[in-house]
Amino acid sequence: MSEEMMEEGGVVKKFMYVNRKAPIGSIYALESLEVVLIGAAFEQDVCMVFLDDGIYQIVKGMDTNDVEMKNFSPTYRALEMYDVERLYVSKEAMEERGLTTDDLVVDVEVMDASQIADLMEEQDVILSF
Amino acid sequence: MKLGIQINEGPYQHQASDTAYLFTKAALEKGHEIFRVFFYHDGVNNGTRLTTPPQDDRNIVARWSELAEKYNLDLVICVAAAQRRGIVDPDEKKRHGKDADNIAPGFRISGLGQLIEAGIQCDRLVVFGD
Repeated sequence: MSEEMMEEGGVVKKFMYVNRKAPIGSIYALESLEVVLIGAAFEQDVCMVFLDDGIYQIVKGMDTNDVEMKNFSPTYRALEMYDVERLYVSKEAMEERGLTTDDLVVDVEVMDASQIADLMEEQDVILSF
Repeated sequence: MKLGIQINEGPYQHQASDTAYLFTKAALEKGHEIFRVFFYHDGVNNGTRLTTPPQDDRNIVARWSELAEKYNLDLVICVAAAQRRGIVDPDEKKRHGKDADNIAPGFRISGLGQLIEAGIQCDRLVVFGD
């Protein structure tokens, strides 16, 4: 990893991680988080967007005991320590699910679809999970 | 153009690997550079040489191996995703005390840093998945 970082020669690109799926039910959310954490070592300009059921990844009170799966909800609160500080959520996705920012485990900025589209337009790399 | 390819779905179950293969092949034939193909999530299952599809169907794994040999492609399987799903190369076999390996020719196992590096190095990172 450190060798690779040296090779990048200080290139900083805009990376966006798009999370579209519920935290459990499939492994996309967990493995997306693994990419974000590893990616942090590369010191890129990173943001995360939560769309559709992806919103549920950051809803308070995740309890996975009964389904015997790993509860990785606390990891989202640790993202700040990895300098992943810009988190955006879809206004439409929140409204459709009756959620407000008070229901979320992290501080986010709420954006409507056209604002998110504009933000996507600015990115160099979009990884969609 | 320098392209990176990410494949997030397994073979046969989902069309992502087929589409990625056809895209990669077409890009190479048009003279573009493929910096790396990165297999993630169930996409790691594209790299087992033990796959045995019916004879009248395409062999997705062998097809990737052949393309890799022809164009000297870098086919990288994510190590964390591979460990969960039992995709094993000789090093991983030894490290985890397994009784076999199953990685197909032309593939290698490495870390997620290889995906981020592709994002940084390439003009475009193209993601195939659900």
